[in-house]
Amino acid sequence: MNWDFLILAIITIVGISTPILLAGLGELVVEKSGILNLGVEGMMLVGAISGFAINVYSGNPWVGVAGAAGAGALSGLLFGFFVLTLRSNQVATGLALTIFGTGLSSLIGLSFVGRIVPQFGSVFPPELARDPVLKVVFGYSPIVYFALLMVVLVAWFLKSTRSGLILRAVGENDLSAHSIGYNVIGVRYAAIAFGGAMAGIGGAYFSLVITPMWAERMTAGRGWIALALVVFASWKAPRLLAGAYFFGILMWLELNAKAGGLSFIPGAQAIPSQFWAAMPYVMTVVVLTLISMRNRAGLNAPACLGKPFLPAT
Amino acid sequence: MDTELAPRLALSGITKRFPGVLANDNVSFSVRPGEIHALLGENGAGKSTLVKMIYGIMQPDAGEIRWDGQVIRVANPKAARRLGIGMVFQHFSLFEAMTVLENIALGMDARIPGRELESSIRQVMEQYGLKLDPHRTVSTLSVGERQRIEIVRALLLNPRLLIMDEPTSVLTPQEVEQLFVVLRQLATEGCSILYISHKLHEIKALCDTATILRGGRLVDTCDPRTETSRSMAEKMIGAGLKEISKPASRALGDARLVVNRLSMAAIGHFGTALKDISFTVRAGEIFGIAGVAGNGQNALLLALSGEESSEDSEAITVDGAPVGQLSAKQRRLRGMASVPEERNGHAAVPDFTLSDNTILTARDRLGMVSAGLIRTGAASTYAGEVIASFAVKAQGPASMAGSLSGGNLQKYIMGREILQKPSVLVVSQPTWGVDAGAAAAIHQAIVDLAAAGSAIVVISQDLDELLSLCDTLAVINEGRLSRAMQVAEADVHEIGLLMGGIHGEQASAPAREAAIAG
Repeated sequence: MNWDFLILAIITIVGISTPILLAGLGELVVEKSGILNLGVEGMMLVGAISGFAINVYSGNPWVGVAGAAGAGALSGLLFGFFVLTLRSNQVATGLALTIFGTGLSSLIGLSFVGRIVPQFGSVFPPELARDPVLKVVFGYSPIVYFALLMVVLVAWFLKSTRSGLILRAVGENDLSAHSIGYNVIGVRYAAIAFGGAMAGIGGAYFSLVITPMWAERMTAGRGWIALALVVFASWKAPRLLAGAYFFGILMWLELNAKAGGLSFIPGAQAIPSQFWAAMPYVMTVVVLTLISMRNRAGLNAPACLGKPFLPAT
Repeated sequence: MDTELAPRLALSGITKRFPGVLANDNVSFSVRPGEIHALLGENGAGKSTLVKMIYGIMQPDAGEIRWDGQVIRVANPKAARRLGIGMVFQHFSLFEAMTVLENIALGMDARIPGRELESSIRQVMEQYGLKLDPHRTVSTLSVGERQRIEIVRALLLNPRLLIMDEPTSVLTPQEVEQLFVVLRQLATEGCSILYISHKLHEIKALCDTATILRGGRLVDTCDPRTETSRSMAEKMIGAGLKEISKPASRALGDARLVVNRLSMAAIGHFGTALKDISFTVRAGEIFGIAGVAGNGQNALLLALSGEESSEDSEAITVDGAPVGQLSAKQRRLRGMASVPEERNGHAAVPDFTLSDNTILTARDRLGMVSAGLIRTGAASTYAGEVIASFAVKAQGPASMAGSLSGGNLQKYIMGREILQKPSVLVVSQPTWGVDAGAAAAIHQAIVDLAAAGSAIVVISQDLDELLSLCDTLAVINEGRLSRAMQVAEADVHEIGLLMGGIHGEQASAPAREAAIAG
């Protein structure tokens, strides 16, 4: 193993971790408010195609990312309208959102197959970003730094702000929050819109940064990994960051296995890619089991997660 | 009494209608500054609806609310708190996974930095002698401590009217005394208190005025100190109160239920383990088990009903036969019936008809199943019998269990078990959330069943209920059962100490104080 290989590996891992980090952060906030949105994959695809299309027309990747956030938030609000206003089942509606987002993105994407879009410049001076060693720190897309900034902001928001406290309270006991006089539905709409925007940006990272072109279902199930990541991180933002990079390593191993494989024991057969593809979910189950063996409260799951809010009027 | 001053709160002609029910019908009364005013009524009399309108959770359909003489509209709880109205709910609006401090911060409308809030919390706690650690997580606190959070939260707003919704239903007698001290101190400082309860002796001990509601209407406003408990109860219920008629002298028979050194591991993380529980219930005896919620009552009911079977077959015997390892179904076949605390979802399935609900527990004893098929006719006939003999207000055997009121469903469930003539009946919280009329009927049914020779165990948090109903009484605390006492000779003070966790009479003085402060 040489330095070039290691640097390339780190850059790849940070890159492929970023979409699940963004989408996971969004879903973390949504779940902290007591809503389970299984439509992350769909919102990511909506973000991916919207970001791409808007980038094609505007010629500006920043506008594209903003558009992806907006489109993701809109698809989230659609979900919110069903589960909050019409009180439909969250699991069923979330699954429907994924199906809807997959179909809608494919439909819009038809006319964008094969188009090339302008790309982000580097955030730091090119000497730093292209330096063979320093690019490990300075050589990423602006979205990567944005994701890291969001980890800090979300952690601070949930822990230290009054709005964050109210959001947690709503997810912990919606009826109590309502009886104290907080707007449960309003808080949840805001959380869902934020979750949608973050998933949209995560999706746009695929179509604007990883492979700057459009392909159907290009998020390749990462929305589901983001959902597992939230549970893996036991609803804590700093752990989500660690988990995202850990899952990133697993996804990197999967990519390598697909490309011919890494063999850990010389001469032995390479571990098939499907093994690595399953690992994030396996690890989530393992972590859940470990935490609940030690202390149930440590699971830290919002008490109202997935339950409909039915106040007495 | 200065009549010059406008009352702090005056309601006139308040009316609130829900689909099918007139919850409040033209209710008018007023509360003076510094007055402790009781709002008395049965479940469903409209007390909660009325205070929800005062606190801004609901809006009245008609009538006006005056505050210091000014007509106001309380748009929401936030507006109520701005006026100086605080409320302590019966079901605490607390967030289990958060700390005391976070919980209190959530109840404050003003943005106060954490440290400043903590120091004002400590100040309030000191002023009123309320002990609480602001950094504890709520899920680790006792019910009494949780109530203190709500009280501190309300007091931090310097309320001029404090609404207390059934605050003592979950407290030990000592905790009730402490609460009363706080409330009296508040009243002397000029805060008005609206105290909702149906416990008459508490109202007589605490309140200056009592407003009695029945079926949404105001029946009377009186001075509870000059009324008798009986006269207030009759106004509350609207008819002469029936005393439980117990046969004057009853000879108790042989031991029917013997529990011998029963121990069970805790179920789940918040469960309580049972430790070495022994007691005997004879034919015709009603054995009461008192205790504050969460001290193993649930585990004991599950162990007796057979939902959790014991490893020791001899730990529980019915008429001499060991049943400790038997399942609930096998125990039912041997005449051991049980009624759990939770009506909806444990004792009955709310989405099943009453008839189907009888099949759940009566199928074997009454032959409602043959060759694996349900005999719906037999179930329906039996359900009809239960409805008729227990005066259950229901359309008929085909009514959904969930459509019945709490009291009626409880009467139905008790009737379902009692008409099977069990030799041993175990009931938990038989009159929880049940109105006084239904409670009296349920108590009478228990007494009659005992008179017919059954052995009965009543697990309840309502000490008054146990004292009036039972022959023998023991207290459960942290999974241990105290010695059994004859109710006729029982000392309420000692029972209170046992409920608070002091075992035996020779408890030392500091330990007693700790228990009282606890």
